[in-house]
Amino acid sequence: MTPQPIELADDALVAAQRLSEWVSRAPTLEEDVALANIALDQLGVARLLLQSIGDEDELAYRRGDADFRNCLLVELPFGRSRGDLDFGWTMAWLLYLAAAQHLRYADLAEAGDGIAAKAVKESAYHLDHASQWTVRLGDGTAESRQRMQEAVDEIWPYTHELTEGIRERWLAVVEPVLKEATLTRPQDGWKPDGGRKGLHTEHLSYLLAEMQALHRAHPGVTW
Amino acid sequence: MVSVYDVVAAVKDPELPVITIAELGVLRSVSTKEGRVTVTITPTYSGCPAMDAIRQDIRGALAKAGHDDVEVVTQLSPAWSTDMISESGRAALARSGIAPPTAGDPACTHCGSGQVLQISRYASTACQSLWKCHGCAEPFNAVKTI
Repeated sequence: MTPQPIELADDALVAAQRLSEWVSRAPTLEEDVALANIALDQLGVARLLLQSIGDEDELAYRRGDADFRNCLLVELPFGRSRGDLDFGWTMAWLLYLAAAQHLRYADLAEAGDGIAAKAVKESAYHLDHASQWTVRLGDGTAESRQRMQEAVDEIWPYTHELTEGIRERWLAVVEPVLKEATLTRPQDGWKPDGGRKGLHTEHLSYLLAEMQALHRAHPGVTW
Repeated sequence: MVSVYDVVAAVKDPELPVITIAELGVLRSVSTKEGRVTVTITPTYSGCPAMDAIRQDIRGALAKAGHDDVEVVTQLSPAWSTDMISESGRAALARSGIAPPTAGDPACTHCGSGQVLQISRYASTACQSLWKCHGCAEPFNAVKTI
């Protein structure tokens, strides 16, 4: 099953906005730079995809939440159950997301898509980055291991919508990382979805409010 | 007589100002038809914030050379890779303390030691990683191989 360009674009755009919350707040300076760069990669792909569909500003800044087609996973706040940014949680989220994006972009690149041919190389770096942190934290201290296990469990249900049509291949990427991290692969159960149909969690509305506020207050403004 | 191509090719990368866009492999082609100059460029990374600055700098350089009718086209395919950095570009990077892309670990740009450790796979720009040298204990950037 081939995802629609708008679905991939919205996944990348919302992920970019989420990741940018880490800027100036990451655990180390290097990680701050890494997360900002990953956000920038996501934004770059989102822009190219949106430009291929229509007016990028119109699509990014003027659509309401029900018009967005991103999967629910990308709009989840980082560290949902703890109420603040959680780094391990974010790395589990990025592991799941980057593994799926890498497979999608690889398929499209093979079919001759120029945007995906660029994005596939970048997503390989994101996947590698998240994999390394998942292993470091999972196979780390008692506390880091416990928190990483909670994170991979908590986000797991949302991966079903993310990986529709590529589930087996995605599992083949993610399961070995969880294993190396000495984490227990979560059981399948609840499978929340609706994002691809515009049925989102309330978290997307807050994210869009922040992302779109300037453009809505000053339509067409430039630096 | 400086050709239109030479004018564009001499534009420096705004984030790595030691290297020109031709050396970096970002410049794909320059053509002139009925007074209009069409420049085709390709981004290094899809989110590279330098692309807008590069477009402006190309227009600026061409305007100085008397060409005002300019179109800058972005072409994605074939995707940019570090193989597109020219030999002179690699040398310019190395001279400025940025290790050129390599298959394995880069050598330290300060002392040449091969005993290096990657500190972060992301550095001051998306296209670089950050390394530390065990030989001279100095940090240095390297262009990531993609």
